Amino acid sequence: MSDLIAQRAGAPISELDRGRVRVRVPGSRRRGRGPRQSPVWAALFIGPTALGLLVFYLWPTIRTFTMSFTETGPFGGSTFVGLANYERLFQDPELVGALINTAEYTVIALVGIPIAIAIAALLNTTGLKGRGAYRTLYFIPVVTMPAAIALVWRMIYNGDYGVLNQFLHIFGIQGKSWLTDPTTALIAIAIVGIWAGLGTNIVIFLAGLQGIPDTILEAADLDGAGPVRKFFSVTIPLLSPSIFFVSVVSVIGALQVFDLVYMMLGKNNPAIPDTRTIVYLFYEAGFINNERGYAAAIAFLLLIIILVLTVIQFRLQKKWVHYE
Amino acid sequence: MRHISPRARVLAAVSTAAAAAFALTACAGGAAGGSSSENVTLSYAIWDQNQQPAMQKIADAFHKEHPDVTVKIQLTPNKEYWTKLQTAVSGGSGPDVFWMNGPHIQLYAANGVLAPLDDQKIPTADYPKSLVDLYTYDGKLYGAPKDFDTIGVWYNKALFDAAGVAYPKAGWTWQDMADTAAKLTDKAKGVYGIAASQYSQENYYDSIPQAGGYVISPDHKKTGYGSPEALKGIEYWIDLIKAGSSPTAQQMTDTAPEDMFLSGKVAMLQTGSWAAIGYAQNADIADKVNVAPLPAGPAGNQSVIHGLANVANAKSPHVAAAKEFAAFASGKQASEIQADTGTVIPAYNGTQDAWVKSMPKYDLHYYIDAVKDAVPYPVSKNTSVWTQDETDILSQVWAGTLAPETGMKQLADKMQAALDAEQKK
Repeated sequence: MSDLIAQRAGAPISELDRGRVRVRVPGSRRRGRGPRQSPVWAALFIGPTALGLLVFYLWPTIRTFTMSFTETGPFGGSTFVGLANYERLFQDPELVGALINTAEYTVIALVGIPIAIAIAALLNTTGLKGRGAYRTLYFIPVVTMPAAIALVWRMIYNGDYGVLNQFLHIFGIQGKSWLTDPTTALIAIAIVGIWAGLGTNIVIFLAGLQGIPDTILEAADLDGAGPVRKFFSVTIPLLSPSIFFVSVVSVIGALQVFDLVYMMLGKNNPAIPDTRTIVYLFYEAGFINNERGYAAAIAFLLLIIILVLTVIQFRLQKKWVHYE
Repeated sequence: MRHISPRARVLAAVSTAAAAAFALTACAGGAAGGSSSENVTLSYAIWDQNQQPAMQKIADAFHKEHPDVTVKIQLTPNKEYWTKLQTAVSGGSGPDVFWMNGPHIQLYAANGVLAPLDDQKIPTADYPKSLVDLYTYDGKLYGAPKDFDTIGVWYNKALFDAAGVAYPKAGWTWQDMADTAAKLTDKAKGVYGIAASQYSQENYYDSIPQAGGYVISPDHKKTGYGSPEALKGIEYWIDLIKAGSSPTAQQMTDTAPEDMFLSGKVAMLQTGSWAAIGYAQNADIADKVNVAPLPAGPAGNQSVIHGLANVANAKSPHVAAAKEFAAFASGKQASEIQADTGTVIPAYNGTQDAWVKSMPKYDLHYYIDAVKDAVPYPVSKNTSVWTQDETDILSQVWAGTLAPETGMKQLADKMQAALDAEQKK
């Protein structure tokens, strides 16, 4: 992807779109230049990020792990309790509900991937007018504050005054209070999650699509493949590395969902038991009930779940991901 | 590739900036930690921007009396206030003096975060007794009451006039409330009589004592949710929804009850004294609304009383000055400063009149009258644990998916379990 961004800065877009840039600008030239290519410079560039990673990610992870074996006081101070937090966690009736809700959300959120591929493919067609404008439009949600997104969507979903229900009313459909009905609340939130993440995924898929050499598509043409056949038999397999990347990242993001649920539902929402996710459970334990040790155990369980699912995905990729 | 160098430059710039920012924060941290020679600077953490001017005036008045002490106000929005405070206190960098509320006082006092104020000669008789009790823990006073709020019924005169219904007046009852609300409801126009929302302080913390029950026993050890009176206090609201005189719980989750009141979709709203100034400054409704006392249930028309207090950090390097300022900021002079701004009702007896007079078009004296029979805000050492249970279970009761009897039984069990767990610690 970094290649593409670098190329985009210099190459005319029309060239990029045809996917010829990779051929014209050989990557080998990069290695030739570089009197500054000393390890000191490298360390200098990597340094801040590495430091940030250590301080803000690795250290807290270790702390969380150790904390999960303790019972913590509200103002610091902790006592070692062994596996007590984990024993309690696996007996917590709310855990099962939270796991189911999180799984449901993740499954729904994955629907965003085919949608993003379809939109990226449309945006990649050569004849499209105002393509730049579309690309910007799809990317706007990504750079919008989550709080603003939650606020606007709450208004859209509002049972009495919401735009959605007014729209449905035109077709004679009686809408409902989408965010307080336990059967629709999670789906409603997942739709917002998909919408908000669409922009990033489209950019990744566009990059992937532009990396597919025209020669292969032309060869398919000569073999008499129609556009649909070409899309499914050539484009999708060649796009599979991008699809794999997006699905790994999407699953991780979906498993960690909290902000949308928290901001869109509000405290007194009757649908909370049917939308409470794992991170929501973590938030309640750590920041409302002041049980940081227990919260740390929840966080660690989530880490393990994410780890296992990601390893499975990496194992499965051999079956369907094609690298050139 | 030639495009790599501009990117590299940007990267370098970003990393330099990050490093600089890092160094800066490190310096700031160091400066705050060290205590200077004679001149003392106290940090004073508050969360309400509307009250900041009044707090600044109080800080200035204190500085006039003690020229060697400067008070610096730290404003943190309420949403982050408690998380930030807890983290800061745990890390040993908490503010010297800060605002405290009922749900948190026992947690902070029990864990040794607060310095007792008993030696500050606070004239406890000059404050509402419920507030002094609220901030007394284990026989020691930990907070100097700063202000208070009680609950009243705000009503939209225009909607009453249009429906030809008499305004609520002192001495009215639950039955009057139900009748009035029913008469004001006009489904065709989407207008409801009252917002019977699942708010604790504004609604069911009041109706439960009005029915003769209680939320928590005076020793903070037993829940009162299992009693038939408490059930009655909850059913009062559920019945208003069932009668159609109030929007449903779902509607009130989608649209905040206060927004419905402000836009004329709800004719009556129970809310605290804190709301008055907002209504007075809202040109759309300022002249359309007024306030009445709460309607009486079987046991009276009690309001719950809550108020903030100024507390001193026991670990402050200037704990003596901190305690002195905490007491001063709740004293007579400070209360007069607060009263003039009209933002809140000051806790010091005798200074409340100025608040009532600051908005003469409303019958604000009802809020002061309510103090006489007011019941203390229910709290315990770990209040947030069982208030979360309240929210979780009552939201199902309000939505109609859980019968009130069953819900209250569940809630009583859960809350009692939480209270028992507190006692063990």
